[in-house]
Amino acid sequence: MAFPFLTIITFSPVVGAIILLMMPSESKMDPVQDAVRITNLRKVIRLIAAGFALVSLVLAAWVYFQVFQQVEAGSTDMFFFQDGPWPWVPQIGIGYHMGVDGISAPMVLLTGLASFCGVLISYNITDRTREFYAFFLLLTAGVYGVFVALDMFLLFFFYELAIFPMYLLIATWGWKVLREYAAMKLTLYILVGSVVALVGVIAMYFLMVDAGVTASFDFMDMIAARDAGVFDRVIFNDLFGLGEVTFSEIWFPFIFIGFAILAGLFPFHNWSPDGHVAAPTAVSMIHAGVLMKLGAYAALRVGVQLLPEGAMVHLPWIVFLSLINVVYGAFIALVQRDFKYVIGFSSVSHMGLVSMGWATMNMNGYTGAGLQMFRHGVMTALFFTCVGIVYDRAHTRDIPTLGGFIQKMPLVALAFVIGGMASMGMPPFSGFIAEIPIYMGLWEAGQTIAPYYALIAILAVISIVVTAAYVLRVAGRVFWGEFDESKWHDPITDARAVDKLSLVLLGIWLVGLGIFPGIMQPMITHGMQPIVALFGGA
Amino acid sequence: MTGFEAAAGDLPLVLQIVIPIVAEIGLLILLLVVLTMDLFTRSTRREAVGFVAAVGMLIIMGLNLVISFAWVNHPFFVENTVLGGMIRFDMLATIFRTMILLAAALACLIATDVEGLGRAGEFYAVTIAATLGMCLMSASADLVMLFLSLETASISLYILAGFLRNSETSSEAGIKYYLFGAFTSGLFLYGLSLIFGFTGTTNIYAIAEPLAALLDEGATSGVLGVVAALLLILVGFGFKISAVPFHFWTPDVYEGAPTPVTAFISTASKAASFALLVRVFDVIWPDAAAVYWTGLLAALAVITMTLGNVLALVQSNVKRLLAYSSIAQAGYTLIGVVALNQSTFGVAAVAFYMFMYVLTNIAAFTVVIVVANQIGGDDSQDFAGLHRRAPGLALAMTLALLSLSGVPPLAGFFGKFFLFSAAVDAGYVWLAVIGVLNSIVALYYYLVLIKVMWVDQAVEEGPLSFSTASSLVLWVTGAGMIIMGTVAGPWLGWAITAAENLTAMVP
Repeated sequence: MAFPFLTIITFSPVVGAIILLMMPSESKMDPVQDAVRITNLRKVIRLIAAGFALVSLVLAAWVYFQVFQQVEAGSTDMFFFQDGPWPWVPQIGIGYHMGVDGISAPMVLLTGLASFCGVLISYNITDRTREFYAFFLLLTAGVYGVFVALDMFLLFFFYELAIFPMYLLIATWGWKVLREYAAMKLTLYILVGSVVALVGVIAMYFLMVDAGVTASFDFMDMIAARDAGVFDRVIFNDLFGLGEVTFSEIWFPFIFIGFAILAGLFPFHNWSPDGHVAAPTAVSMIHAGVLMKLGAYAALRVGVQLLPEGAMVHLPWIVFLSLINVVYGAFIALVQRDFKYVIGFSSVSHMGLVSMGWATMNMNGYTGAGLQMFRHGVMTALFFTCVGIVYDRAHTRDIPTLGGFIQKMPLVALAFVIGGMASMGMPPFSGFIAEIPIYMGLWEAGQTIAPYYALIAILAVISIVVTAAYVLRVAGRVFWGEFDESKWHDPITDARAVDKLSLVLLGIWLVGLGIFPGIMQPMITHGMQPIVALFGGA
Repeated sequence: MTGFEAAAGDLPLVLQIVIPIVAEIGLLILLLVVLTMDLFTRSTRREAVGFVAAVGMLIIMGLNLVISFAWVNHPFFVENTVLGGMIRFDMLATIFRTMILLAAALACLIATDVEGLGRAGEFYAVTIAATLGMCLMSASADLVMLFLSLETASISLYILAGFLRNSETSSEAGIKYYLFGAFTSGLFLYGLSLIFGFTGTTNIYAIAEPLAALLDEGATSGVLGVVAALLLILVGFGFKISAVPFHFWTPDVYEGAPTPVTAFISTASKAASFALLVRVFDVIWPDAAAVYWTGLLAALAVITMTLGNVLALVQSNVKRLLAYSSIAQAGYTLIGVVALNQSTFGVAAVAFYMFMYVLTNIAAFTVVIVVANQIGGDDSQDFAGLHRRAPGLALAMTLALLSLSGVPPLAGFFGKFFLFSAAVDAGYVWLAVIGVLNSIVALYYYLVLIKVMWVDQAVEEGPLSFSTASSLVLWVTGAGMIIMGTVAGPWLGWAITAAENLTAMVP
C-alpha cells in the first residue's frame, strides 16, 4: 500500500483538534492570578495548531508537485495518490476512497495555504483560544476532505462536517454586530442546497442498483454508470407536455445549484457577504478563499461530471445567473462603505466567473475557471488578511474614516495593491491568466452553443472596469491620503512578522502564477480533459 | 405453527422456553432484588439501589446479546414462534431489547442524582417493570401478548410520569398521560379485536393470509373493515410514538414528568413502540393492503415531522423543545416504516435510527438534568453561557443536538442517511426531500440552543459540578454517537440482519 498522503493531509487537523481539546481549559483559570500560565498555554495552543496545519500544507505541496510532474511526464491517469477504495458501510455501497486530479490538487494546496495563514493571523484571539483553534482545524479537515473525496458519500460527509464548525466560529468569535444572524443564515443556506443534492445522489445510487451495474457511491463506479447511460433513464414520460424527461435533466439543476449556493450563485449569494464580514479574519480567509471553491468544485464534480446530459440542457440558462453575479456583485462592491463588505461582494463577483466558466462547457472556459478558483482563493485570503490587520489596529472598517495606512504598514499596502491588480485582471498578475481563458471560452461557446454567450462575454467584461474602480477606490482611501494620528485610540503599528509571513506566502502566488502560468495550467487542463470530453471537446 | 407441537429439533424444551425470554426472566429477578434491597438499605443511601438496577440491566443486556447471537439462527427459532405462539425470538427483538435495556439503565443512572427519585427504591422497581413490558413488546407475536405487554409498559409509565406526588406539574403529567393513554388503548384494542373478528386468529404471523383473502373478494365491507382496523391501530401507535395528531400529550408530559422519566419515555418507550409498529405492519398487512397503510403513514410522517419542527421553533423551555423535536424525530422514523414494504432498508433504517436516537436523547436529557439541578431551571436562558461554566457539558449537549439534526460525524447523520435512502429506494423521493428540508428547519432551533450555550452571557459565572454517574452517562452516549457516526458499517449490518430475520417467517 502506498503512503496515504491524502488521508494524512485530511486527518492531521482532526488529530490536532483532538489534542487541543484535551489541553487544560483556560476558562477554569483565574485571569489575574494565572496570567503567565494562560499566556504560555495560548502560545502552546497556537504552536500545536500551526504545527498540524503546517504538516498538511507541506504534504499538500508535495502532492501538488508530484501530480504536476506526473502530468508533465504525460501520465494518462485520471486520479493520483489514491487511498482506497476500502469498504466503509458496504451494505449500502459506501466506501472510503480518496484521490486527487489536476483540478483538486491545486485546491488542496490552496486549502493548506489558507489554513496555515489563517492559524498565523489569529494570534489576537484571546477568548477560548483552545476551542477556536480546535474548530478551525476541524473546519480545515472538512474542506480537505471534500477536495480529496472520491466517494460521493464521503464528499457529503466532509461537506457537512465543515459547516458546523463554521457556524460556531462565526457565531462565537465573529463580529459582534452581525455574527449570530450571519452564521445562521450561512449555515441554513448552505445546508438546504447540499441536502437536496444529497437526495439526488442517493437517487443516483438506487438507479445504479436498478440498472444492475456495480452500484456504489464510489466515483469510479458512478462514472462507469454514467457512461452506461444509467442516469439518462427516462423518469417522466410526459411532464407538463415537455415530452420525455430524463433523470439527469430533472436532477441536474438541483445538484448543481444546490452546491453552487456555496459558490455564491445568484440569487442565493445573499449569505456570503454577511458571512464574510461577520467571520473572524482567519475564518473569512477559509470561507471566501476556500469554502466557496468547495461549492464550485462539488458542482462540477457531482453535477457536471456525473450528469453531463443535464448540464447541456441547463447550463445555458444558468449562465445568466452567473452573469448577474459577475456584474451585479461588482457594482454592489463599488458602493460599500465597509472595507470588508467590498471584499465580500468582490468574491460574489469573482466566483460568478467560475460558474460562468463551467457554463462554457469547453476547455478554455474550464481551464480558466479552474485557475480562477485557485487564484481567487489566494487573492481573497490575502485581502482578508489585509482587512484583518487594519481592523485589529484601527477598530473600524469604515472606508472614509481610514486613510494613510501605507505610512504605518507598507507591506500590507503593497500586498493589497498586488491583490487588487490581480483582482482587476491586470497582467502580469494571476487574474489575467485566469480570466482571459474564461472570456475566450465564452466567445467560443458563442459559436458552438448559442450566440448569446458572446454577448455575455461582452457584458461580463464590464465587471473588470468596475472592479478596477472599487479596488482603486479602497486602496486610495485606506492606504493613501492623510494619516491622522489623533483619530486612533491605540497607536497604529506595523503588521507582525507572522502576518507578513502569511502575506508573502499568499502574495507570491499572485505574482508567480501570473508570470509562470505553466506551474498550474497544464495540470488543470489535464484534470478538465475527461469532463470536457463529455461535451465533445478535446 | 405454534411452538410446542412443531418439530423442535434437538433443542430441549427448557431452552425453547428460556432462551427467547431470558431478558424478561432476568428483569423479573432484578425487580425482586431491587424491591428487597429497597427494604434493607438506609434511606440516605438508597441511590445504591439505582446503581444495582442500572448494572443489573446492563448485565441482562449483555447476556441477552450473547444468547441471541448464539441461538437466533437455530432452525427452531427461525421457523417458529415460541411460548405458545406468544413470542417471536429474532434479531429484531434483540436489537430493540438492547436499546430499551440500555436506555433504562442509563435512565436509572441519571435518576440517582435527582431529588425525589434518586432515593426512592420503588422508582427503580417501576422502571424495571416498564422495561419488562417494553422488552416483551419488541418480541410479541400475538395480538394478546402485544396488548398485554403494551399495557404493562404503559401503566408503569403513567406511574413514573406522575411520580413526584408533591409536584403539580408531575401529577398533571401523570394524569394527562394516563387519560390519553387509556383512551387510545381502548381504540387500539378495538382495532385489534376487529382484526381478530375478520381473521379468527390472534397470531400476527397468521393474520396476513385471511386478510388477503378478505381483500381479494373485493367486497367493500372487507376493505372498509381493514381500513377501520388500520385506523384504530394507528391511533394506538400514533399515541405511543407521539405522531401528529396524537401528540398533544407529549410536550406537557415531557415537561412535567421528572426528567429521567422524560428521557426514558422519549427513548425506550418510543423504541419499543417502533419495534412493535415495524413488526405488525411488516407482518400482518398483506400486499393488497399496502396501498392503504403506506399512503396513510406517509401522510402521517409528513404532518408529524413538519408540525413537530415548526412548533419546536417557538419553544423557550428546553424540555418542551426536546419534546417537539422528538415528535419530529418520530416523523422521520415513520419514513422508514413507510418504505419497509418496498425497500429492504426500511426496517434496518428504523432500527438504526432508533438506536442512535436512544443514545442521543439520553445524552441531551442528562445535560438538562445537570443544568436543572445546578441552575434550577430548564428554560433555554438557563443554558446561557454554559460553555464557559462547564465546557464538557456544553460539548456533550452540542454533540447531542447535532446528532439529532444529522450532522456528521455523529450517529444522526447516518441515521437520516439510511432513512432517506430507504425512502428513495422505495420510490418515495418526494418524502425524502420533505425529510431533508425538515431537518434544515430542525437545525435552526438546535443551532439557536447551541448558540445560547456558546455565545450568550451567563446570568451568573462560576463552574458547574456534576456527579460521576452523569459524567459516565455522557461519556457512554457521546462515545456511542461518535462510533455509530463513523464506523456505521457493523451497526447497519446488525440492523439489516434484524430486518431479514423479521421477514424470514413472513409467508
